[in-house]
Amino acid sequence: MISAEWYLALSAVLFTIGVIGVLVRKNAIVMFMCVEMMLNAVNLTLVTFSGWHNDINGLVIVFFSLCVAAAEAVIGLAIIIGIFRNNLSIDLSRINLLRW
Amino acid sequence: MLITYLFFFFATLAVASALAMVFNKHTVNSALFLVLNLLSLAGIYLLMEAQFLAVIQILVYAGAIMVLFLFVIMLLNLDSETTLFNSIAIKEILVVVLSAAILAQLMYAIYQWIGLDPTTPIALGELGTVEAVGDVLYTDYLLPFQVTAILLTAAVVGALVIAQRKIQGQK
Repeated sequence: MISAEWYLALSAVLFTIGVIGVLVRKNAIVMFMCVEMMLNAVNLTLVTFSGWHNDINGLVIVFFSLCVAAAEAVIGLAIIIGIFRNNLSIDLSRINLLRW
Repeated sequence: MLITYLFFFFATLAVASALAMVFNKHTVNSALFLVLNLLSLAGIYLLMEAQFLAVIQILVYAGAIMVLFLFVIMLLNLDSETTLFNSIAIKEILVVVLSAAILAQLMYAIYQWIGLDPTTPIALGELGTVEAVGDVLYTDYLLPFQVTAILLTAAVVGALVIAQRKIQGQK
């Protein structure tokens, strides 16, 4: 039988891969997809604890988190389109207007 | 026993597709690997008997959100990248150190955590069905549910406003 630690460890590994992706890549869309993956890893943790305690509230929180992720994806992609229009590139290492 | 095999199958699939997503030069391939990752997570939800979430994961994440991503990628018509990373080597070292620290911290926290009973199966049973989730959602969580509707409407309107704005001087 798979115990809770395995699910949590999988979630931690996926979260870390997401962190690596956000830090390492310079393509805005791939960075954004890595953020989505980190959200998913945390959802997995919530479902695991929900199953552990046999409590339904964790599932409902995951449902709301999915809704927020959908809204965030819509807005984020609109912002990426805006960046692309102004710079003709989504290479975030070249967008340094506010950098000092 | 079958659950154990299936868990390791889905976990390997999830980790491999996540790595492939991060280290892929073509943005479309990255998006498709993310779809695979989300599908394997849906399989893991099914192993925990959270049927409702597995279905929602496939419909909303692997369906709606990833189609949106693919549309935007096709719309922008990006070239595949010649260099995947920033060229500064010291940043790369910092990334490795930082992510190793995060992973070590998370793993330490997990293995310090002592559960009530390691043989307790992680299964939701009746709680994972649509009926049970809907029952709670429309009674205890009615107000957050309505607020979510407002949030989604606001997101749609905001996306339209941001994406349609004209560049200055180009009326």
